[in-house]
Amino acid sequence: MANDIKELVSKLHPLERKIMPLLRQSSVFSELVKKSGLKDIEVMRALQWLQSKEVLKIKEDVKEAITLGENGKKALEKGLPEKLFLESIKHKPRHMDDIEKETGLSRQEVNACIGLLKGKAAININAQRVISITNQGAAVLEKEGLEEALLKRISSEEMDIEAGKLKDEERFAFESLKKRKDMLKTVLKKEWHIILSSIGKKLVTMNLGSEKVIERLTPAMLKAGSWKNKEFRAYELKAKVPRVYRGKRHFVNQAISQAKKIWLEMGFKEMTGEMVQTSFWNFDALFTAQDHPVRDMQDTFFIKSPEKGKLPDKKLVDAVKHAHEDGWTTGSTGWQYEWKEEEAKKNVLRTHTTVLSARTLARLKKEELPAKFFAVGRCFRNETLDWCHLFEFNQTEGIVIDKDANFRHLLGYLKQFFKKMGYEKARFRPGYFPYTEFSVEIDIYHPVHKKWVELGGAGIFRPEVVKPLLRVDVPVLAWGPGFDRIILEFFKINDIRELYKNDLKQLREIKEWMR
Amino acid sequence: MPNITLNKKVLEKLIGKKLSDDELQDRISMLGTDLQKIEGNEITVEVFPNRPDMLSEQGFARALSAFVGAKTGLKDYKVSKGGKDYQVIIQEPVKKVRPYTSCAIVKSLKMDGDSIKEIISLQEKLHITFGRNRKKLAIGIYPLEKIKLPITYTAKKPRNIKFQPLEASQEMDGLEMLQKHPAGREYAHLLEGKELFPVFIDSNDEVLSMPPIINSHKTGKVTEKTKDVFIECSGFDFKALNQCLSIIVTAMADMGGEIYSMALEGAGKNIITPSLVPEEKELDLKYINKMLGLELKESEIKTLLEKMGYGYRDKKVLVPAYRADILHPIDIAEDIAIAYGYENFEPEIPNVSTIGEEDEMSILKTRIANVLVGTGLIETSSYNLVNKDNHSAKMRNQAELVEVGNAVTKEYSCLRSWILPSLMQILSENTSREYPQEIFELGSAFHHDKAKETGVDEGQSLAIAICGADADFTRIKQMLDILMGATDKKYELKETNHNSFIKGRAASIMVYGQNIGILGELHPEVLSNFGIEMPAVGLELNISELHDLLKKGD
Repeated sequence: MANDIKELVSKLHPLERKIMPLLRQSSVFSELVKKSGLKDIEVMRALQWLQSKEVLKIKEDVKEAITLGENGKKALEKGLPEKLFLESIKHKPRHMDDIEKETGLSRQEVNACIGLLKGKAAININAQRVISITNQGAAVLEKEGLEEALLKRISSEEMDIEAGKLKDEERFAFESLKKRKDMLKTVLKKEWHIILSSIGKKLVTMNLGSEKVIERLTPAMLKAGSWKNKEFRAYELKAKVPRVYRGKRHFVNQAISQAKKIWLEMGFKEMTGEMVQTSFWNFDALFTAQDHPVRDMQDTFFIKSPEKGKLPDKKLVDAVKHAHEDGWTTGSTGWQYEWKEEEAKKNVLRTHTTVLSARTLARLKKEELPAKFFAVGRCFRNETLDWCHLFEFNQTEGIVIDKDANFRHLLGYLKQFFKKMGYEKARFRPGYFPYTEFSVEIDIYHPVHKKWVELGGAGIFRPEVVKPLLRVDVPVLAWGPGFDRIILEFFKINDIRELYKNDLKQLREIKEWMR
Repeated sequence: MPNITLNKKVLEKLIGKKLSDDELQDRISMLGTDLQKIEGNEITVEVFPNRPDMLSEQGFARALSAFVGAKTGLKDYKVSKGGKDYQVIIQEPVKKVRPYTSCAIVKSLKMDGDSIKEIISLQEKLHITFGRNRKKLAIGIYPLEKIKLPITYTAKKPRNIKFQPLEASQEMDGLEMLQKHPAGREYAHLLEGKELFPVFIDSNDEVLSMPPIINSHKTGKVTEKTKDVFIECSGFDFKALNQCLSIIVTAMADMGGEIYSMALEGAGKNIITPSLVPEEKELDLKYINKMLGLELKESEIKTLLEKMGYGYRDKKVLVPAYRADILHPIDIAEDIAIAYGYENFEPEIPNVSTIGEEDEMSILKTRIANVLVGTGLIETSSYNLVNKDNHSAKMRNQAELVEVGNAVTKEYSCLRSWILPSLMQILSENTSREYPQEIFELGSAFHHDKAKETGVDEGQSLAIAICGADADFTRIKQMLDILMGATDKKYELKETNHNSFIKGRAASIMVYGQNIGILGELHPEVLSNFGIEMPAVGLELNISELHDLLKKGD
């Protein structure tokens, strides 16, 4: 026991050393602050450390305290409204309107005064609303009322007065002032009481004052060499240190950076582009018939203004039109309906990053083949926000344009990507998209939940997509799985809305993407 | 996309083979439909829109039984020639309104509650998907005993069309039906503005229906007593009508019915429907193998085709009449891949050399983010869609925004024109979190610009917000110094008036005489609008313009 205390003493922080002896005289936090001459926070920190060493216990006590409100401050400076009122008719009766002008009181306050003073028989009021003072009124004006006395006392006390400690006559004034608007404010005041433990009781009687140990190594000590032959105070190494935060990228962007890096390593070029697109690029160029349900209002965001955009050059528009209507020169029958330019001009928020692939194909020259492109970007679906649906979400897009590309290559690229993202197992199922054939649904195996997670689609672009855009019929492998679910899994987030909630606590504390 | 519910026992009987739940689950998924759940005897499956032929229990079972190897190859359906009066006369007036129809008769059906439900469900699902909500085509089914052949397909003035529609208690005329009948109101837009409405009429001059709206109560209601039915599909695409009719009659044949053809008079020479003759497509073995990345022999391909319900004869693929999704040889190639099994393909990365390359703007954005992260700032990520009020009124700044026409909620109805308001919104949602709060975000800023293809310009932008007791102009100017120091470009500040900032404490950021951004102390009213009780400073910088200036060099 003796040794324990000795060790305890040797590790005491200077703040603790300063506070401990004061506990002989007082056990109230605010008094300790006053006596120590330290800041609130320093005293509290010392007490908390001591509490963690089981020297003492801190007990919180909450009390109602009184301070002046806005009108209370005004009344203290200029006088209570009823006093101002009486003052203005002290020498001669006045009309109500004149009193209002003279005193600067509001109509509401004047009315309140009349009510109050009539009750005390301090004034008379006639039919023309001229008001005169009575003898009783003169006496009220002379004498300092209980309310005024209380206001003065509250303002003169250094600390807020506890409501429980009012004298009886003050209590009466308190109740009456409380009914009046903004005269008084009651605030909840916290106070802390210190209860010493058995160790604390011993410690408080001991002489802790050894100042020979070095608390902090200073430049001056180093210069003078005064640290020599002295001891350093041993620290409580396990004590918690105040938390500091580092700057960091948003966790979704960390994951996106990783995805981009993987595609770059695999020799893909990045595609970027607008989020507002014409339906032509978002749908028509991707062989999505104009009456396809995805083009309905409930799935896609349409831009109100500017409602329509421009179509690209006529040659391309004609080719796309024919691909839809009769298959053009692709060997397809097309969708067999009348394709309309106006429908294609409608501006939408892109529903998939595949729109970037369509644009890339239209720009690409034959000499540039084979070529590989990727994109990671925001897409939009007109959905109500809930725990598993976002109206803005990320897709990772890729295309490979290569005359020798085949279905096995498609699966190869995808498998490799997900492996590098940390998913050893990926599964491919037949799917359906208007612009791909073969169409693939991609699932990855959730290593913790032990189940398959659906990520979205991939495939080989249909000739009806490729030929109008690229002018040659070359296989184009394409994919655009959703990206957000991968992020959810890594960061152990269950509600998809948390991805873009921007709660600073979450952003400050969340781990780094490390996979 | 429609879900269909299958009864496991019925399915097993139709397939002619018993499968465990796991096998069923696996085979259904690998056939290219999305299994939702198996619960007891009930299987729920999502059918993709390219396979309307799988929307009935019968059609689904037909595909699945071929796929599992129980009954492979092209299924033969017998179409008998009907009597002389098995005729539909198409009159001139209807050709301008709703030009095509495709009809059939199916006899000897054994109707019970379940089979009626099945037929109605198939009809409804075809209406929604393949029929694009009856816009492209509509289907009518009538008990043969209630009508007298031949049928006339014509168009009349709506006031002259009179019959009692299904689910109504009295006779109505064509216009009344659109106004008063529930189905009429729902589909009125499909006949809107037409002078004549299409009708099917029998030889007793009884109206059968007014497509695509409603059948007659008297002649168009199938019951458990019904054995023989007349089926018509009407619409605008004759090929699609034939496919739709094939889907229905083959499903009915699988229920035990006998198919009879009808002659269409006035549609051209000798047109008889339904035609279940398979379409023949050349098989290009080389093309198929090239796309699959396999080396399959002709005989192997024949087996695979048969697993998908095709026939194969003399290097030709026989495509069943009910398949509506075969537009191009690639569609057959995909079916071969499905039959081969996606799980059996060996993924391969080919040896193709290409050079990876990151987008220039992406590189610049990452660099800027790294500089700012180095100063301790935290990056945020918000939506591009914003609340108009937060963006303009709360910022004391009226901007003409790009607006969405059909947003679900007003919270997300506009595209942001700068990013600082998003950061203010974040600060306002974090007032209970520790200060100082120092954040930044990179993203798109949307502006009207007639010169652009869509009429919208999407520049890249950076915003920084610093909020806390010590946030002042010095602090945000230091951030700009760090940023511009990193780019090694000189900048100047020019005092500016902007309602979002305190007057005399806001400046434009000028580089080479070009205004590329703004910084300053946020106006207390802005802070109060967002419920923020701490001073804040902010910066917005046009990264697209900065990028162009950086490329220019000194």
